[in-house]
Amino acid sequence: MSSNSFSYNEQSGGGEAAELGQEATSTISPSGAFGLFSSDLKKNEDLKQMLESNKDSAKLDAMKRIVGMIAKGKNASELFPAVVKNVASKNIEIKKLVYVYLVRYAEEQQDLALLSISTFQRALKDPNQLIRASALRVLSSIRVPIIVPIMMLAIKEASADLSPYVRKNAAHAIQKLYSLDPEQKEMLIEVIEKLLKDKSTLVAGSVVMAFEEVCPDRIDLIHKNYRKLCNLLVDVEEWGQVVIIHMLTRYARTQFVSPWKEGDELEDNEKNFYESDDDQKEKTDKRKKPYTMDPDHRLLIRNTKPLLQSRNAAVVMAVAQLYWHISPKSEAGIISKSLVRLLRSNREVQYIVLQNIATMSIQRKGMFEPYLKSFYVRSTDPTMIKTLKLEILTNLANEANISTLLREFQTYVKSQDKQFAAATIQTIGRCATNILEVTDTCLNGLVCLLSNRDEIVVAESVVVIKKLLQMQPAQHGEIIKHMAKLLDSITVPVARASILWLIGENCERVPKIAPDVLRKMAKSFTSEDDLVKLQILNLGAKLYLTNSKQTKLLTQYILNLGKYDQNYDIRDRTRFIRQLIVPNEKSGALSKYAKKIFLAQKPAPLLESPFKDRDHFQLGTLSHTLNVKATGYLELSNWPEVAPDPSVRNVEVIELAKEWTPAGKAKQENSAKKFYSESEEEEDSSDSSSDSESESGSESGEQGQSGEEGDSSEDSSEDSSSEQDSESGRDSGQENKRTAKRNSKAKGKSDSEDGEKENEKSKTSDSSSAESSSIEDSSSDSESESESESESESRRVTKEKEKKTKQDRTPVAKDVSLLDLDDFNPVSTPVALPPPALSPSLMADLEGLNLSTSSSVISENIY
Amino acid sequence: MLSLKWRLSSQLRSSCIFNLSNIVDRGGVFEAVNQAISWPLQLRVLAAFSASSASVCRGPGAESLTGTGVGKMIHSLFLINCSGDIFLEKHWKSVVSQSVCDYFFEAQEKAADVENVPPVISTPHHYLISIYRDKLFFVSVIQTEVPPLFVIEFLHRVADTFQDYFGECSEAAIKDNVVIVYELLEEMLDNGFPLATESNILKELIKPPTILRSVVNSITGSSNVGDTLPTGQLSNIPWRRAGVKYTNNEAYFDVIEEIDAIIDKSGSTVFAEIQGVIDACIKLSGMPDLSLSFMNPRLLDDVSFHPCIRFKRWESERVLSFIPPDGNFRLISYRVSSQNLVAIPVYVKHSISFKENSSCGRFDITIGPKQNMGKTIEGITVTVHMPKVVLNMNLTPTQGSYTFDPVTKVLTWDVGKITPQKLPSLKGLVNLQSGAPKPEENPSLNIQFKIQQLAISGLKVNRLDMYGEKYKPFKGVKYVTKAGKFQVRT
Repeated sequence: MSSNSFSYNEQSGGGEAAELGQEATSTISPSGAFGLFSSDLKKNEDLKQMLESNKDSAKLDAMKRIVGMIAKGKNASELFPAVVKNVASKNIEIKKLVYVYLVRYAEEQQDLALLSISTFQRALKDPNQLIRASALRVLSSIRVPIIVPIMMLAIKEASADLSPYVRKNAAHAIQKLYSLDPEQKEMLIEVIEKLLKDKSTLVAGSVVMAFEEVCPDRIDLIHKNYRKLCNLLVDVEEWGQVVIIHMLTRYARTQFVSPWKEGDELEDNEKNFYESDDDQKEKTDKRKKPYTMDPDHRLLIRNTKPLLQSRNAAVVMAVAQLYWHISPKSEAGIISKSLVRLLRSNREVQYIVLQNIATMSIQRKGMFEPYLKSFYVRSTDPTMIKTLKLEILTNLANEANISTLLREFQTYVKSQDKQFAAATIQTIGRCATNILEVTDTCLNGLVCLLSNRDEIVVAESVVVIKKLLQMQPAQHGEIIKHMAKLLDSITVPVARASILWLIGENCERVPKIAPDVLRKMAKSFTSEDDLVKLQILNLGAKLYLTNSKQTKLLTQYILNLGKYDQNYDIRDRTRFIRQLIVPNEKSGALSKYAKKIFLAQKPAPLLESPFKDRDHFQLGTLSHTLNVKATGYLELSNWPEVAPDPSVRNVEVIELAKEWTPAGKAKQENSAKKFYSESEEEEDSSDSSSDSESESGSESGEQGQSGEEGDSSEDSSEDSSSEQDSESGRDSGQENKRTAKRNSKAKGKSDSEDGEKENEKSKTSDSSSAESSSIEDSSSDSESESESESESESRRVTKEKEKKTKQDRTPVAKDVSLLDLDDFNPVSTPVALPPPALSPSLMADLEGLNLSTSSSVISENIY
Repeated sequence: MLSLKWRLSSQLRSSCIFNLSNIVDRGGVFEAVNQAISWPLQLRVLAAFSASSASVCRGPGAESLTGTGVGKMIHSLFLINCSGDIFLEKHWKSVVSQSVCDYFFEAQEKAADVENVPPVISTPHHYLISIYRDKLFFVSVIQTEVPPLFVIEFLHRVADTFQDYFGECSEAAIKDNVVIVYELLEEMLDNGFPLATESNILKELIKPPTILRSVVNSITGSSNVGDTLPTGQLSNIPWRRAGVKYTNNEAYFDVIEEIDAIIDKSGSTVFAEIQGVIDACIKLSGMPDLSLSFMNPRLLDDVSFHPCIRFKRWESERVLSFIPPDGNFRLISYRVSSQNLVAIPVYVKHSISFKENSSCGRFDITIGPKQNMGKTIEGITVTVHMPKVVLNMNLTPTQGSYTFDPVTKVLTWDVGKITPQKLPSLKGLVNLQSGAPKPEENPSLNIQFKIQQLAISGLKVNRLDMYGEKYKPFKGVKYVTKAGKFQVRT
């Protein structure tokens, strides 16, 4: 704003003045050019002196100049010994600049860098969390292999630090250490495991980042934290959100069954995840069990939805790709609105978003059809944006909207941006082949373009018409004649070659023109482009075969010209054609079939979107943008046929018991943490997870280790018993246990119904969370088999009640929070009275904010 | 390089007074270092250590330079100006040579103009993701898979921060404040992963330059770097700094709506929608909790929020409830979709024609108000990209002034206000390159305008309530409607 620019002006003047004041010793300002190499040595000498002086201001000045050198990419490594001595400086700015220097040069000056280590080690014990954190940051950024053990130790300590900020930095340090020494992987994974359990939103994003980098395949580490991550997601900072969402997308694809087919999980014809609708219908008919979505799957989809409203394009895109890849197809529609919103953003954001929309629009047209007009091209768009929009418009074209689109395309064809106009012509060609109703209209339109003044447009039209005519071998003699005339004027080689090919291919339909064209071409043969020469040879050969009386000599002449051409391709082709078509004693049996060979029916080219093959990359990734697998790209796996055991995500109660103890302090903290999401549903689900018992947690851990038994899919799928039977047969060792479990499951089911009733109040329309609680209930019950049913039942009920009361209490605890609205009675006049110093007219104006005109006057005055 | 390193370390060694190199055992040295308190002693100990173990640490060191350079996210950043000079570089991991930018320059050459440089470029060992802002390229170097939007969004955030700190994001401003820039970049990214990007936090860590501060600093030797912990970073509301104090407590909201439209030849609307934002300037002490309500919130079709807004409140009550950041920020941006009829406040009558076989053409445009809700339309500017064959234009405006740049072929007509009594028009002759064919199409007109005190969608703020603080704030709302991407095809 204006005030900013004002302060900038002040600042630049002031900055200069300050520099002048400080730099009595040197005439070169830090930002100025350091171009004089001759003076380099000398200057460094005085920098050294300044660094060794006692005055902080001199040191600071020297450091500033050195940072200036680093920024310019100049080598300042000579000063390392002098700089590193200041690492323990009391002045915080000097210290920070020394850190900048250290991180930049430590790798090159490993021995000397060691001098600074002990300072950081001491700082790691500092009572101030900011100092601890920054020490860890710098220590881990010094890429000196010999300090790996020190770093490891520091990371371990920091990961247990009380301050979440320090723990966040520890998570960052994990990646740095890993890239420095991958052999530490195992130890680092332990730290990651520990940090993943962290409940702070500050840590979540960073640790998931570390996870993605160090051990993205250890999906088992996520199980226990899955629900927590889903619930925290809204409150994590935006960069962390992107990383977590991408990770959870991959996770979901390995842990849940596909929501896309209505059918069952056992179907063996699971090959391709983008099946056609027909396939799906077939499957629906064959289905044995209804598909029920895993409540955890639902949790993820539900909790990411608000993030579509994020101001950060990367977050919106991340949610969009999550919906695209893991939500039921019927629900993915909501992302289109948000993606279209991003199109108002910067050029670069538009570019990426349009690319992703292009891929999506190929598979699911319906999603973006309502926003067709948002993809209309403006003359001010950069060409790359224009072509992407055009691509999307083509994908969206159908019988209903094609007439509108063609009208729009007509404007584009006339664009001054010829590259774009050419792309539009290609597009019209594609529409013509895709939508049969308009093929003729398009063809006529393209023929009209043949008389366009711009050669690029004409050439492109010729090429497209050629493709269209090839697709429709019907009579188009008129068009071909028209195009034959164009040969006199048009110079673009591709277009000339296309016309010649077309005439050759249809030489029997235009018997009079074809030989004449050949005659003209024979005259200009030597001056043609290679591409055209090849087609002249082709035309000659075809005419020789169909109309040898008129063209025999001409063809001979052309073949002779070709024989001595400079280009070896053309010489080769000439030789080949001569042997094939001109009968002589040496020619073999093949020449009999020459006509068949040359004038065979050729399949029409398929006009396809260049985005057709991108769908196998996860959307929103670098690989998708480049259409090449980038280094470190993590493949999105296919849905599993049978869902892995969902109970692995149940959380142990021991940990949560701590949280839910009546000790007000802990709870208050917790509620404050979650404050911003303010969602009751979230609390519900965390409640329900707290319900499960410790034994169940430990047990499920066991199960997770013992492999993909996939048993006890407590998915509330009613008739999974047959499946279970077969499995239990496979593994007789655990038979007993499992039978017991099955019994308990039946019990669990009835329990869950009760539970639902009880929870009705809080879980109104949200069936999925009720489901999730039922799962936990059942699993917890499974452990209480020794007790009598009624006993456990009653116990559970009381527990439920306890929970209720706790839940009730929670908001009370919240009230204490500074942020809560209920705490302040709205009795105090909601509209503020202006300070008494203001004039009465202003007072009147300020009575209501809706008096837009008057208040705007005020604001103008202020601004 | 190795020899240089050796020389330096040996120099240092010779400067040591005590030679402690008889301590060879690694653990022993580190323990000694840990216990060491005074600086010179540490120096000597470590120097001795480094000498004794120099050969040990050099081996794996060299390896790590070339080998396992894995690392996610942003590796390095180069700032490049329009003439292709790299004027700033920053590396968050090991150094990447400037020569990597050659691939970028190559792509830049290939693209006809700066706008068409692809944002993502693949090179043999790296990926370059760049943005173009204020005539500068921000080129980041990436080594592995990363969501490209993540990087793009971050780079824009960096540019926004520069803008915020220095008033403009230009080469001169960045060069003048190179130290602050470096400090900022250091705080914003750790190991290539964004750390602190909220302007409130950054301003606590690194104070923006002002004339007063730099004078004071130069005298007292104090610094621009905050030594206190940024409270926001640690709290649940990272966007707001703690301990904010103002003598005048003020909260201003600007409702700014932009009309994006494409009008076709005949004057009918091909496409129109309203893109709105509410920018806030909040200067309130303490921790105010605000809630802003609208008369007609249902108008807002698609909204994106600043992270401070409580999403659930909006979902249930359609009220914006938030604890604001301190200072200027964008509260929401929204879209009123084309389904609702968008009122187009101006119309343009145009007749542009080029005669066949002659070197001139006629140009005549008139602008008039339409559906302006009784408000004056001001700040009208018409920009036309004329076809390449146009040599010059001789025009007479009835109002305002016009310029034609014969190099870029851009005609700009600065109209000013519309008075309904006398509609502004621009008429005259167009000189074409003789002999060249007449242009195929007529250029489209890009129109800018502004209407004060009006939100074209009809959105109205109902009231602003503040909770959590006792004082009475001074409040204000301003409405403006502007032309966004407003294009008239002719």
